[in-house]
Amino acid sequence: MPKDNSIKSVLIIGSGPIVIGQACEFDYSGSQAARSLREEGIKVILINSNPATIMTDPMMADRVYLLPLTPESIEQILQENQIDAVLPTMGGQTALNLCKEVDELGIWQKYNCRLIGVDVAAIDTAEDREKFRQLMLKIGVKVAPSKVANSFLEGKEFAQEIGYPLVIRPSFTLGGTGGGFVHSKDDLDEALQRGLTASPIHEVLVEKAVLGWKEYELELLRDKNDNVVIICTVENLDPMGVHTGDSITVAPAMTLSDSSFQDMRNQAMLMMRSLGNFAGGCNVQFAQDPQTEQLIAVEINPRVSRSSALASKATGYPIAKIAAKLAIGYSLDELKNQITQTTSAYFEPALDYVIVKIPRWNFDKFKGANDTLGLQMKSVGEVMAIGRSFTEAIQKACQSLENEAVGLGYYGKSLMKSDELVDYIKTPKWDRIFRIKDALMAGVTVKTIVQATGIDRWFIYQIQKICNIEREIANHNIDSLPEDLLKEAKKNGFSDLQICKILHGDCDEEQIYEKRKALGITRVYKMVDTCAAEFEAKTPYFYSTFEG
Amino acid sequence: MSNTAQPAILVLEDGNVFKGCAFGKIGTTTGEICFNTGMTGYQEVFTDPSYYGQVLIMNNVHVGNYGVNDADIESDSIKIKGLICRNLEEQFSRFQAKGSLDEYLKKNNIVAIEDVDTRALVAHVRQKGAMNCIISSEELDIEKLKQQLAQCPNMDGLELASVVSTEKEYELGDPKSPIKVAVLDYGVKKHILECLVQRGAHVRVHPAKTSVSRLKEFNPNGYFISNGPGDPAAMDYAIDTVKELMNEGKPMFGICLGHQLLALANGVDTFKMHHGHRGLNHPVKNLVTGQCEITTQNHGFGVNPESIRNNPNLEITHVNLNDGSIEGIRVKGKPAFSVQYHPESTPGPHDSRYLFDEFVKMMKSN
Repeated sequence: MPKDNSIKSVLIIGSGPIVIGQACEFDYSGSQAARSLREEGIKVILINSNPATIMTDPMMADRVYLLPLTPESIEQILQENQIDAVLPTMGGQTALNLCKEVDELGIWQKYNCRLIGVDVAAIDTAEDREKFRQLMLKIGVKVAPSKVANSFLEGKEFAQEIGYPLVIRPSFTLGGTGGGFVHSKDDLDEALQRGLTASPIHEVLVEKAVLGWKEYELELLRDKNDNVVIICTVENLDPMGVHTGDSITVAPAMTLSDSSFQDMRNQAMLMMRSLGNFAGGCNVQFAQDPQTEQLIAVEINPRVSRSSALASKATGYPIAKIAAKLAIGYSLDELKNQITQTTSAYFEPALDYVIVKIPRWNFDKFKGANDTLGLQMKSVGEVMAIGRSFTEAIQKACQSLENEAVGLGYYGKSLMKSDELVDYIKTPKWDRIFRIKDALMAGVTVKTIVQATGIDRWFIYQIQKICNIEREIANHNIDSLPEDLLKEAKKNGFSDLQICKILHGDCDEEQIYEKRKALGITRVYKMVDTCAAEFEAKTPYFYSTFEG
Repeated sequence: MSNTAQPAILVLEDGNVFKGCAFGKIGTTTGEICFNTGMTGYQEVFTDPSYYGQVLIMNNVHVGNYGVNDADIESDSIKIKGLICRNLEEQFSRFQAKGSLDEYLKKNNIVAIEDVDTRALVAHVRQKGAMNCIISSEELDIEKLKQQLAQCPNMDGLELASVVSTEKEYELGDPKSPIKVAVLDYGVKKHILECLVQRGAHVRVHPAKTSVSRLKEFNPNGYFISNGPGDPAAMDYAIDTVKELMNEGKPMFGICLGHQLLALANGVDTFKMHHGHRGLNHPVKNLVTGQCEITTQNHGFGVNPESIRNNPNLEITHVNLNDGSIEGIRVKGKPAFSVQYHPESTPGPHDSRYLFDEFVKMMKSN
């Protein structure tokens, strides 16, 4: 059954101003959705209060409203246009909250405007921690022990019951604003007060903290026939305790066995199906006990999210574009994979490369800001790198940070001694990944670093691989640098500049480049094609790497 | 992955050469090259008897990350003939792991090559089709390797199921169970048997060339025709067995090779595919319910779609959404059905396990 022909015009709600915790990813999804709907001959009306976006360019929609994101603006738009449906899942939590508010005022109903791609009850359940917890218990998915508190006294009482460490999570806030960890009784009062104040409904969740557990995110798509696919699985390098937006993340998951991945996939699908009846994208986060592989559900977002923008770029699968088509009634098996144009959109992308995302912080511009990472997202952007190995991808990502890092292999030199470094990396901060590398270079063991950070040892071994190459390079000058070593360095993401900084004696980037060119160590270009080369791709994009 | 690693070489039947580093056993191996796009479950794949005779490329770039253990196996040993990867990891991380993939490959005498441009290789196989190949970490003379490669038999027309089948009968599950399944073992995966046992069945697993009378002696409620390696058309003994059993009218379920055998027993022909389907993300539509499922696949032979459409005794129940190939059939008027994909899905998504429920239900109501 193809699309619903009764939908001739759709309103898309943008995400408003770019703030920490909600940035241009929603511009990307909104633009994709607008394009996707217009392709179907549907008239697109768009509202966003932020003119500095691509989606508000006049060519993106049939009509663009630069108005405050309020129910009044929505009503004005509905008065001025015949709108059959509203798609609120492309503008993050801001758009969902507005959609809900408008719904409660009965405005959608009054103008006979349908909600597509979402279920208001689903938004409610996903955002209200207690409803979410109850639903999870009902369907047999584990969650961290928690209780909802609407007052300071209640919160204190629950904290005593649950024990430390615990998390305070305010209800209905963006990017974890106002939330925080409480490691001991002394910090409770302040954290509780802050959380209650941050929540628009003066409500917080007091939850047992699963610090040190591994964290994963799944991106799902569902159509009206209840077909569900997992588009991407993302593993957080930083364990639970650091906001996903502030975590270094990797795709595909690097340290998951099939049995534990399928467990996660089954639970994610169960969660999405139980949350309500909507066709579109959804994001589910899990924490995993590294010893028992037991899972607990952390949260579910019944919308296109920051992670789905990343997942789209990571896999080549245009999540927002397809989600928009699903919202107007297509089913996944009726749509084609946009990249191959011959195979089905109902499939799960296979990757033959590694994606590393590193957040970009600007603590130098926010003097006095607490630079410890936690529940509240503090990064202002992110870089994403693609490589044919984790080492290559993480070094490329570091090189893209524009913060003087020359790959992970060279970032000035830490003046800290090894025991100071071990102590330093216990706290997640923006430069932790660089200090981990420093500690390894200083001879600290993988085991010690794993204990100090809770990061899975697989990643630390990989960083050690980078250290070993750096040590070998340091034994040489440009003339003595062997071909094999140079090739290996390039395959592991070392930049020419990085190599010349490590080498003995004077040389510059250009000389390294000339040397490797003469040896035939040059870039090759590979496609991001959604299918790991199984099918021919028609609209691929490329990344560079070194092979052979 | 260090520059001191021992070199290894891969030569394809069409003369193409790929260089890399040795991993696993130092030695030489030959087989038919194929690729798997799955991103998890390498140990299950390597031990799957359906891969017998094949040299496998893993498209996923890191393999070995979580080591190996005793639970994630489909048979008692590695069944692939050789392994080709981009990065094989010696260092692994999993609390439940018992050892590294490298040790495991060595213990199983499997020759592997890493640091290969697997993407270029996969694209080549996708374009040129399945062919034989040789990997060596002991002999680097390409001409000599080509001579040795010429001795490797072609998969087309090759009967391999009886090589990997059990030698002796064995039973699993509760002997008192009212549901008894006779399994025709052509290389059955452990987790297929487990899927049956978990649903309360008592199974007896039979060697490939077991006589029909012996199978009937068990007085089963249903027959299961297993997956397995090689060319189904070269298995006259199995086709005859399936034909004869089908006449008994008891429930019958076939997976992968078992699907091809059921088709052959109904007069449908099979063919060698260009490069097969191997991975965990193949889209299949159930034509009976209209629902879709993401499936695990591993097959280099397929059933002829025309011949099935023209067969008055067969009904198509499942199709592949990528290439329209036949993924499931049902024999009209008989409780016999089969699927080309792997509903036990180890590794892979559990979307299709309902088929085992259906089989058990069929046996209960028959």
